[in-house]
Amino acid sequence: MNIVENFDLFAPRLINKQELLSSGHRACSGCAEVLAVRLMCKALGENTVIASATGCMEIVSSMFPTTAWQVPWIHVAFENAASVASGIEAGLKALRKKGRIDDRYIKVVGMGGDGATMDIGFQALSGAMERGHDMIFVCFDNEAYMNTGIQRSSGTPMGASTTTAPAGKVSMGQKTWKKNMPEIMVAHEIPYVATVCPSYPLDFIRKIEKAKSIKGPSYIHCFSMCPTGWRSPSHTAVSIGRLAVETGVFPLFEVEHGHYRLSPDMPKKLKPIKDYFKPQGRFRHLTPDEIEVIQERVTVEFRKLAEKAKFLKTGNE
Amino acid sequence: MNGDEACCEGALAAGCRFFAGYPITPATEVAESMSRRLPEIGGIYIQMEDEIASMAAILGASWGGVKSMTSTSGPGFSLMMENIGLGLCTETPCVVCNVQRAGPSTGLPTLVAQGDMMQARWGSHGHYEIIALSPSSPQEMFDFTIRAFNLSEYYRLPVIILADETIGHMNERVIIPQEEDIEIVNRRKPTVSREDYLPYEADADGIAPMANCGDGYRIHVTGLTHDDRGYPAMDAKAQEKMITRLVDKIRKNRDKIIRTQNLYLDDAEVVVVSYGISARSAMQAVRDARGEGIKAGLIKLDTVWPFPEELIRGVAPRLKAMIMAEINGGQMVLELERAACGACPVSLVSNFGGAILHPGLILNAVAKAAKEKP
Repeated sequence: MNIVENFDLFAPRLINKQELLSSGHRACSGCAEVLAVRLMCKALGENTVIASATGCMEIVSSMFPTTAWQVPWIHVAFENAASVASGIEAGLKALRKKGRIDDRYIKVVGMGGDGATMDIGFQALSGAMERGHDMIFVCFDNEAYMNTGIQRSSGTPMGASTTTAPAGKVSMGQKTWKKNMPEIMVAHEIPYVATVCPSYPLDFIRKIEKAKSIKGPSYIHCFSMCPTGWRSPSHTAVSIGRLAVETGVFPLFEVEHGHYRLSPDMPKKLKPIKDYFKPQGRFRHLTPDEIEVIQERVTVEFRKLAEKAKFLKTGNE
Repeated sequence: MNGDEACCEGALAAGCRFFAGYPITPATEVAESMSRRLPEIGGIYIQMEDEIASMAAILGASWGGVKSMTSTSGPGFSLMMENIGLGLCTETPCVVCNVQRAGPSTGLPTLVAQGDMMQARWGSHGHYEIIALSPSSPQEMFDFTIRAFNLSEYYRLPVIILADETIGHMNERVIIPQEEDIEIVNRRKPTVSREDYLPYEADADGIAPMANCGDGYRIHVTGLTHDDRGYPAMDAKAQEKMITRLVDKIRKNRDKIIRTQNLYLDDAEVVVVSYGISARSAMQAVRDARGEGIKAGLIKLDTVWPFPEELIRGVAPRLKAMIMAEINGGQMVLELERAACGACPVSLVSNFGGAILHPGLILNAVAKAAKEKP
């Protein structure tokens, strides 16, 4: 089985050549989020409808009189991408049943940033997942409200400095741990939950394709490095994404019907998190003691995940 | 400093020690300033998960005994509506700063508008009176924020600051007076014994003394229609009594609440009425008109709600025309028409948002109105 998996992984020639998110959009240079959206579109293909919450991706991709989208795309309010996606899915189902549209399979996708997923859009997302709509929700997590200028969200990691969680004499920046969104989605007992990072494009595409093939709700959590908000040079997006995975800060895994599986890209031995913190200005103020506390947490969390992967294996292994 | 920062400083000067908010352009700088400044003086800043939670949190904080506020813009203001109604029903002092941008929906997040005037008045369901102030400069952002806290503490209700993107992002000199020179009003405390205290039993002026949670008084707070004890009372009589008091405490104190700044009003033939950033365009237009020998005047609304209808009704009969200058399709002009009551023609100079009004537009309207035969 592993051999087949690996064969699947190392087949870049099979990737869809069609660009469904065209170039020329207004994303900051070095934006990993827009790279992730592009990969997502490649994996989804043409038969897709996307509902996008307010956020960077809406602003950069759709400014009048241009649009970067080559698939049907709707921008909705900040809090309701999952609800609108639910409505689109139900609407398409009704039209198909009545014979008003041809009988091809169309995947409905909701997308939003960390705020639109974990904070303001959380209720809508939880409802959509619970109702079991045949849709994918993709969270592009750049770990703060970047569109309004780097304010903390519940996706901001401990110790990061943001404009509303500023680091200084009395504060180390963000004082709470990042909300564990994939686990919350697993708790909804939906068929498929996965984490992806655009620094691993083949793993990324494979997981989106899997989500697409699954009937019912699936949730993809995408690590989206933001050079502007993370205070690091714009050429570092891909390398920092790799470091996040290699240090265990953002482990790549998938959960299919409750069965955990770590991605083959996960290293056997994790690098220390200070390697990940070093190129980012948002962590510059952290003392070695503070880093040690965060390191401990990352280690424990990763061990928990590895144990789950050991005992709750995927059905096909 | 810019208007958003001035709003933050005004709140702190008024004694605000709790802020719950959510990032939204163009009000984000209020939250950012609060997140830096509040911890320095022992206050608490919380970033909530959305605007519904922000508004609910400041109501809670206020009942905890702390002066509290939030700031937002269009879409967030829409989300706050239900809880603003809760604040009105439970008579909870707090301040909401709405730095307006163009709508509806996401609209023009980074550009100016004054389209939330009627939403501020009627946005929450049911019948009520509201107080809303409209600053025209960063200095007024500072001053009006203090006044908003004073009004909210005195009259026990959420007071709304209707600022706009241009004022919020405009940098001007702001003079912050010495602490002892700032007038501060605090909520009225119960003077009766614990046994005799009824949380919604009003004094003669219609305002009930407020015991905070933890003061030792028995309080019951509910969004249901309630009697003097604060307990739900579900009939037409109780509704009549409660709403009458909520409405009257504002209506009967209109002369104390309403403030306008009038320019050349005494001998004016054409009067421009405006507020917020538009009042500055209007002021320029009125001065230019005077330069051209036209007897123009200005009424700048510092409080937009309640609307100064007595003032308008008084001056309208001796005017050739009144002109409302505002950045929306015509909202406050409806109030102006209602108050002028046909005594003089009323017209509108406006756009739908995205840019401030050019003084020349207002000047043209003034010049045209001045030429008309009375």
